[in-house]
Amino acid sequence: MAIDSKTSAKALEILAAGYQVSHSKSPAFYDTYERKGDCKHQTHYCPGCGHGVAHKLIAEALADLGLQDKTIFVSPVGCSVFAYYYFDVGNVQLAHGRAPAGATGIKRTCPEAIVISYQGDGDLAAIGTAEIIHAANRGEKITVFFVNNAVYGMTGGQMAPTTMLGQKTTTSPWGRRASNEGFPLHMAELIATLEAPVYVERVALSDNKNIMKARKAVRRALEVQRDGIGFSFVEILSPCPTIWAKDPVQARKWVAEKMIPEYPLAVFKDKAHEAIENRAIPQRSVQDVLEIRAKDDVPLTELPKHSHHAEDLRIKVAGFGGQGVLLLGQLLTEMGMREGLEVSWLPSYGPEMRSGSANCHVCLSQRRIGTPLVTRPDVLIAMNEPSLRKFAAQVAPGGLILYNQEHLPQDLHLPHARVLCIPASEIADKLGSSKAANMVLLGALLEATHCLLPATAEGVLTTKIKKADMLTWNCAALRAGREFMDNLTPDGTITRAH
Amino acid sequence: MRQLCKGNVAIVKGAILAGCRSYYGYPITPASEIAEAAALLMPQVGGTFLQAESEVAAINMVYGAAAAGARVMTASSGPGLSLMQEGISYCAGAELPCVIVDIMRGGPGLGNIAPEQSDYFSMVKGGGHGCYRNLVLAPASVQEMADLTVLAFELADRYRNPTILLADGFVGQMMEPLDLEYREIPIPERPWAVKGTPETRKNVVNSIFLEPDDLEAHIRKLEAKYIRASQIECRSETFHTEDAEVLLVGYGIASRVLHSAVERARRDGLRAGFFRPITLWPFPKQALLDAAQNVSRILVVELSNGQMVEDVRLTIEGRIPVDFYGRTGGNAPSVEEVYSQVMQHLMAMA
Repeated sequence: MAIDSKTSAKALEILAAGYQVSHSKSPAFYDTYERKGDCKHQTHYCPGCGHGVAHKLIAEALADLGLQDKTIFVSPVGCSVFAYYYFDVGNVQLAHGRAPAGATGIKRTCPEAIVISYQGDGDLAAIGTAEIIHAANRGEKITVFFVNNAVYGMTGGQMAPTTMLGQKTTTSPWGRRASNEGFPLHMAELIATLEAPVYVERVALSDNKNIMKARKAVRRALEVQRDGIGFSFVEILSPCPTIWAKDPVQARKWVAEKMIPEYPLAVFKDKAHEAIENRAIPQRSVQDVLEIRAKDDVPLTELPKHSHHAEDLRIKVAGFGGQGVLLLGQLLTEMGMREGLEVSWLPSYGPEMRSGSANCHVCLSQRRIGTPLVTRPDVLIAMNEPSLRKFAAQVAPGGLILYNQEHLPQDLHLPHARVLCIPASEIADKLGSSKAANMVLLGALLEATHCLLPATAEGVLTTKIKKADMLTWNCAALRAGREFMDNLTPDGTITRAH
Repeated sequence: MRQLCKGNVAIVKGAILAGCRSYYGYPITPASEIAEAAALLMPQVGGTFLQAESEVAAINMVYGAAAAGARVMTASSGPGLSLMQEGISYCAGAELPCVIVDIMRGGPGLGNIAPEQSDYFSMVKGGGHGCYRNLVLAPASVQEMADLTVLAFELADRYRNPTILLADGFVGQMMEPLDLEYREIPIPERPWAVKGTPETRKNVVNSIFLEPDDLEAHIRKLEAKYIRASQIECRSETFHTEDAEVLLVGYGIASRVLHSAVERARRDGLRAGFFRPITLWPFPKQALLDAAQNVSRILVVELSNGQMVEDVRLTIEGRIPVDFYGRTGGNAPSVEEVYSQVMQHLMAMA
């Protein structure tokens, strides 16, 4: 409510006379309020507004419970946006509706603090519905005071989610109609249906008796947080005389006669301490978690660069998802890194990962790698026919294609590249696991190009595969691929050894 | 000792190295590995990982944690960053240090999950409401994903401002060797934070200044920070610029393609040079002017329809023709495509 010149003059007169607040005031409030210029004993709230009473109940509880130093008050967007002018506690102001999310970040950072999220009906029950439900459902150990006055106060009286049927507001000028705007939202009841919240009550600032009940509820909610029990929520039905166009007395009466029948006062939930499962997570050192190892503490087959390394080798591996395409690429990359090369691995990703085709790009180089994208591969490892058809033409002239079949498809002619047909899946099958076809092809690649050392491959497999039988299969497949290559005559046919 | 690491995972490792112990986020391709790595690693070093109900909630959890004095981060991709813009504006207004990662994917709308560099405007030019800036770093390798994350936390604290790590799906998804050295990274005191202690009881974290003069003074204060940052925080990389006739300019994955193209051009005796902004805001204007001093043409390559090119043109102020070549939708320009662009430019100059 604006201060007219008469009131202002009165205020100045009071100040000049050395006005002292004679009624008691909680020490959790500041001594003077700087929000309204000269009137340092007044809040910015309108006469008869429920916020003043709600603030007082909270401030008194904080002082009485000895929580003032520990408290962080989160103010919302709405009339109580300026709560930090009154509460002499740590204050954080948050975006419209986001207070429970912000309070979550605060409480998780300062678990010892008492975190209060104080929100109005537009803030909590409209724009911030997701945030309040999820903070409650996570059982954040915070306290939420939800001030419900059935309208948007600060913006001048628009409809709130808690506006009652038939109630006229500036955005429901014909009265709220269920057919158009739905029904009033009962937040306390809604929150109480969730498992995690510990304490949920609705109170009303309608008369002294109910205000005393509200006083108890505020304390109980803060005690629940103080004792580390869980999420507490108090809905406070509160008068808004200015927007309702009533005097303060009529407004309180309206809370009692109109709001309480719609929003019944009750303790919806008050759970004694029920232990929630809290499994401790094993702790490790930062070095361990980051896999930072000293240089002399490396149980790897570290090998110097050897003469077979081409200056640059760009490889594309492609096949069906599940054939170990990405893994084969990663192995090559890890091997190159262990042999001191610059390396990169780039996967096709996304929906392709879960079905259909997969491919990856591998670069091995003596120098810094520019683009990790392999558009003209020196080597293509095609684990199935669609991949061969898709990528064979990209292979650089004089490049190498390893194809996971005994023969090329009859219609496919690839004179620009050297093609090695290796029935890798078949070979792997005979070894007992068709999943090791990728290892057969790796063996064949190493034998055909000498780009990296087989010992490095075995070293990488040994550190990456924990299961003994899996390791045996993979190493056997690797050897089988190399042996197959040894038996392959230059024209690409096989000399069967008997 | 080098370890083979995915770009997205390297971000989390860099964050832990930098002393960050708070992560709030929401999954999205191609950034989800960041949340997954944080979920796995943060709790093992006594940190917090929380999957929020939305990116809107995630950025406000970041706001809350930063207000309470935590070194904190979140990560997402374009659609998630669009939702976070409100919170980023609030963080900038309330001067809260935090690190926000954007692993860019194709847009607008749902677009696709393939890499793009189309969030330059939204991250570098603001995106949220009000007079503020983000500090923006653009890693181009897995090593830089970690190193620039560490730097991002330092800058965020130095300027009490959100710092964005702007990478693309390629850099996020690729694996390269990562060399991390353990060191104690000091975390500055935050006397302004609200921690629920007697010493911090009088502190207020907010972004509301109802009086026009107060808000203007606040904006001037922010602006002074931004001027200071633009004087001392510009970072960039050059390669073969001394005698270049054509200068190729790109960041992130595009710069990797350009590096290859310049190497190839040099092998063929063509005088191409390379310029890569590492800070996108502040944009390394002076370094670009220096690199462009003797060139006759500039070619900017992006995985977008042309966003950073505007900053290059603002820097060059029409002195040299600045051309643009871009691919979108998840397509990346190949070295061959860029090379043929260079050839065209050299021929046009001849």
